[in-house]
Amino acid sequence: MPALAAALVVVPLAAAPLAVLLGRRGALAVLLAAGIGLTGCAAVLLAGLEAGGTVRHAIGGWGAPLGIVWRVDGLSALLIAASAVVGLGVAVYAAIALPRAAVRGAVPPFLLLLAGLNALFLSADVFNLYITIELVSLAAVVLAATAGGGAALTAAMRYLLVAQAGSLCYLLGVGFLYAAFGTLDIAMLGERVKPGAPAAAALGLMTVALFAKAALFPLHGWMPALQGAVTTPVAALMSAIVELAFLYILVRLWFEVFPAVTGPETAALLGGLGAAAVAWGSLVALRQPRLRLLVAYSTVAQYGYLLLLLPLGRTAAAADAWTGVVVLAIAHAFAKAGMFLAAGALLAEGRGDGMDRLYGAGRRLPMAMLALALCGLTLMGLPPSGGFTAKWLLAGAALTAGQWWWAVVLLAGSLLAAAYVFTVLSRALSEDDPPGPAADRPVGVARQAVPMAFALASLAMGAAAGPVAALLARGGTP
Amino acid sequence: MTWTATWTAALPWLIVLSSLVPGVLIFFVAEENRRLRSSLNLAGAVAKVVLVAVALYQVYHGATFVWRAELLPGTQMILRLDPLGLLFVALSGGLWLVTTVYAIGYMEEQPHRSRFFGFFSLCVTATVGIAQAGNLFTLFLFYELLTLSTYPLIVHDGTREARRVGRMYLAYTLGGSTLVLAGAIWLQVAAGPVPFAEAEGTPGLAAEVSRGALTAIFALLVVGFAVKAAVVPLHAWLPAAMVAPTPVSALLHAVAVVKAGAFGIIRVVYDVFGFALVDALDLAGPLAVAAVVTILYGSLQALRQENLKRRLAYSTVSQVSYIVLGTALAGSTAAMGGMVHLVHQGVMKITLFFCAGSLAETLGVHDIRELRGAGRRMPVTMATFTVAALGMMAAPPMAGFITEWYLGFGALQAGQGWVLGVLLTSSLLNAMYFLPIVYDAWFREPPPEWPEERDLHPGWETRPSLLLPGVVTAVLTVAFGLFAGTPFAPLEWVQIIALREFPP
Repeated sequence: MPALAAALVVVPLAAAPLAVLLGRRGALAVLLAAGIGLTGCAAVLLAGLEAGGTVRHAIGGWGAPLGIVWRVDGLSALLIAASAVVGLGVAVYAAIALPRAAVRGAVPPFLLLLAGLNALFLSADVFNLYITIELVSLAAVVLAATAGGGAALTAAMRYLLVAQAGSLCYLLGVGFLYAAFGTLDIAMLGERVKPGAPAAAALGLMTVALFAKAALFPLHGWMPALQGAVTTPVAALMSAIVELAFLYILVRLWFEVFPAVTGPETAALLGGLGAAAVAWGSLVALRQPRLRLLVAYSTVAQYGYLLLLLPLGRTAAAADAWTGVVVLAIAHAFAKAGMFLAAGALLAEGRGDGMDRLYGAGRRLPMAMLALALCGLTLMGLPPSGGFTAKWLLAGAALTAGQWWWAVVLLAGSLLAAAYVFTVLSRALSEDDPPGPAADRPVGVARQAVPMAFALASLAMGAAAGPVAALLARGGTP
Repeated sequence: MTWTATWTAALPWLIVLSSLVPGVLIFFVAEENRRLRSSLNLAGAVAKVVLVAVALYQVYHGATFVWRAELLPGTQMILRLDPLGLLFVALSGGLWLVTTVYAIGYMEEQPHRSRFFGFFSLCVTATVGIAQAGNLFTLFLFYELLTLSTYPLIVHDGTREARRVGRMYLAYTLGGSTLVLAGAIWLQVAAGPVPFAEAEGTPGLAAEVSRGALTAIFALLVVGFAVKAAVVPLHAWLPAAMVAPTPVSALLHAVAVVKAGAFGIIRVVYDVFGFALVDALDLAGPLAVAAVVTILYGSLQALRQENLKRRLAYSTVSQVSYIVLGTALAGSTAAMGGMVHLVHQGVMKITLFFCAGSLAETLGVHDIRELRGAGRRMPVTMATFTVAALGMMAAPPMAGFITEWYLGFGALQAGQGWVLGVLLTSSLLNAMYFLPIVYDAWFREPPPEWPEERDLHPGWETRPSLLLPGVVTAVLTVAFGLFAGTPFAPLEWVQIIALREFPP
């Protein structure tokens, strides 16, 4: 198991320079091989966890508080697996869809990103988490900049500034924790952190930092502009797993470092921000002039649901709330990757992704549009999809916990999501053609097949609640 | 697992798969490959009818078919065949076969046929899933699948108007199903897993859950289902949806959608709450009032429509609430009248829509005024129309008469004599909006020229595939009335259901 965890980080880390060395043709092969390897490792990790339970490992024999400690539990293993699958799918799409020359520069930062994400999910110490945050953020900024062009560079620059400000805030929070409680290990901090000014300052700083990095409402402003400007694979990666990774840290801190500080009132406050995100993100999504911007704002809305874990994760219905949120997070990751890749098929026609271009897209890009529709099921929380399963569990958890208002948010949010999903589908089913010039080129089936695969994966998550619940229980819900 | 155990668990799934598999395959059939698409369609439809026949025979002799699996922690997915569910399965399976034949003829010159038939099969899949669902969770899964797979059919023409109606349809139906979902989750949280239970509904429900909560849950579920059942004032989507191609209207009005709503209400009243509890909560009365208002309002609106399909649509609004009314009245007789109308309204209304579609395709006729003399040009079509219209008026010996007889008799038994007046008024209104059409068609001179006449099949009044399905359903309209007392007739079948729901 320790070797496996190490492989999850070392393999992509070693593959990155290899990709630089092997040049144009080799880079893609390295990326695909790494993607397949990581997915395999993640599968073995999940299987092992099912048999064993939470694993802690001190690298080089140096335990906490001095050395580096890795920890694998149900939550981290599931997210490692999800990010491996998304990474592999996006790599396949890049191999099919993008010109070799364009891919080459993006492969090393892509691999570094995967390494950083895995290290992030494995870390059991707030300072190691800081290192992984930096690695992930920088790799993401570089990936964003690979799109080239003014808009992408401006957006990437803005992202860099936000990311750096966020990292600084987070590091300050780590400083407060270490100064006041004398350790960086998450488990030890959980026992030592007492209410008071240092803990409050640390919690505030780190929460703001992670809100900004995960593009959580109301600190999401940088994200749609970036998602609209970067290349299709990068948009898919960012929206599906990069933002999720930062939310994961927030959850870890909230439940494992600060349990003594975070009362029901603060939890309700952040849950309220989540509810506002659902409303705001959905309404703004409805008014977007371009498909990718619509999809990006829908991410703002969907992450609002995930924040409901904070008020519900310690109640009588905690098990269902955790299962629901994890199922939703993973199903959403697949659905969002699928939607950005489907939007990529529209872009591939060479006339942009304006909402007008969607007219008649059902005829021109049938499989991509069907994929978009199926991914939309998860966003709307309709069966059969992971989104529905999650909503059923979460709304039930809210009622069991006596906090029925979150159930109202979940159900009303579904209707708002339906409004923006069907503005897309309604145009796609139109017999009209887009105004302006016709498509530059037809788009092949292979390019549309990858988003379809992601769509089916997000539907399959609908049946995954049982195994997810078992893994979370086996690995210990925080 | 023994062979018998496998078989009893497999039959519900086979009934679902017999339309799901062809449906998914059809999406991949090339647009021009008419033969393959039609073969898949018909193979699925015939397979389903055969499976349903087997199920009817077996269930009649007391067999039970159940499949269950824990899909979520604490929540089961249950598919099973009970007599009530099988009634709906038989209706939708049987009508799917005739509608498929009709649709193959009707859609011949339309675009996106593979998409159309793919989603059409998914709709039927969803419907038999709803019928076989063993709890609200399972029912909801298929109920939403039905909403989603009807949407592409309603906007099939891709015009601005079709897309507008599509949005309206979604706003109504997704709004309704959100209420259903809220009710279902609330019920499960309050009372634990609640599989459908015959006779008295969920055991112990009244003891476990407060009266206020039960009332609220009932309201959420029934109002939610009432959207698809087109109960006034939640009905506006149904007349608007007539922009869709005629086979879709058949699907909405007879095979699937409005029936799914009415069926949901029946399940909630009988198998979740139990009629006694609904009555004890003082909820049966309001439900009956809503049904009566809908019956009268629908007919009055139908009277005002100039467009044939719109008139038929308002007539559906009215007729489907007969089912709701039967459910809201005490006693097994009224219940039989309501449940049997699930089938009777289906065969009658589908006949009328088949005629409307054939008239539009063959003569270009859409308005009621243009129907003068249509009986001379298309005698068989207008004969089937006449039979179905007489059925709607509840004239003996048509199927509609049986419904009205049982509803009226049941109302008297329940001590609600005023319902009789409502039923007679409704029949009168039906006569007022159907008889002039029938009279004009047979006894007025045809116009010198039809709006858009086409000779679709030399020697026939229209294409055989447009004509024969309506003949079959018209014959059924008469047969279900004439032979109501024979085994396997709908009336005989609902008697079995009534005996289970209301044990003597």
